[in-house]
Amino acid sequence: MRTWFPYPLLSFGLLLIWLLLNQSVAPGTIVMGTVLATGLAWVTLKLSPVRSHPRRILLVLHFGLTVAFDVIRSNLAVTAVILRGRRRPPSSGFLTVDLDLDDENALALLACVMTATPGTAWLEYDRGRKSLLFHVLDMENEDVWLDTVKRYEAALKEIFG
Amino acid sequence: MSHLTDLPVWAAVLVCGLTVLGAAVALIGSVGLLRFTSFYERLHAPTLATSGGVLLICTASIICFAVLQSRWVFHEILIIVFVVVTTPVTLMLLGQAALYRDRVEEKRGVPLKQRPTREEPTE
Repeated sequence: MRTWFPYPLLSFGLLLIWLLLNQSVAPGTIVMGTVLATGLAWVTLKLSPVRSHPRRILLVLHFGLTVAFDVIRSNLAVTAVILRGRRRPPSSGFLTVDLDLDDENALALLACVMTATPGTAWLEYDRGRKSLLFHVLDMENEDVWLDTVKRYEAALKEIFG
Repeated sequence: MSHLTDLPVWAAVLVCGLTVLGAAVALIGSVGLLRFTSFYERLHAPTLATSGGVLLICTASIICFAVLQSRWVFHEILIIVFVVVTTPVTLMLLGQAALYRDRVEEKRGVPLKQRPTREEPTE
């Protein structure tokens, strides 16, 4: 099984993307998609990406919903800051937080999430000291940001276990 | 696709509202790019367009074509996924470049390269 499907999750994802792009679930599309998904997984084998084993699909869903909610809230907050204009310039600043994530894919996911949230920008991650430097637009509630990152970290740790 | 007039009123209103709202969010992001003063603040502004703007406009597109072709249309979700996955690459690159430059120029208020002690957040 492993020789045929070295990255089952990746293959499944590619197949899903293929079906979505073609907008059909006709047998021909599925066959073509399966061939592509398997072949591309073999190609990826040469790149030897880091394996991780996300568990608990329900937790992933919960995490996704939390992130979506946070992104919407952050969108509104940043919009408010921009529209406020020069009258009250944003009190932006840098924050450092120690992360306890070993899984590379979990870190990548965290980077995506933090960049997708308009209020935070991922700047630098120090592998040796496992600390992350990020920039926040609104420093007024600095603890809330640190809490949020810690919350994400805990969720990712549970998912990637 | 050329029969946009076939769209029922409720769908037209919804699609228009979402499109205009999404465009407004993207515009606000661009205004932010103009208004903010430091590079790091400017990193935040375009994410408005890549999160809120893309989400709203893609939702509008899904509703529009789903109603027109009276079937489920999902491939816009791919646009959202790809945008969310690829923006961090550029933004992190830009952020790191700015950080590097500011450290070389020893600009004030920029956190130094990580020292053994935990550094204080700077204002």
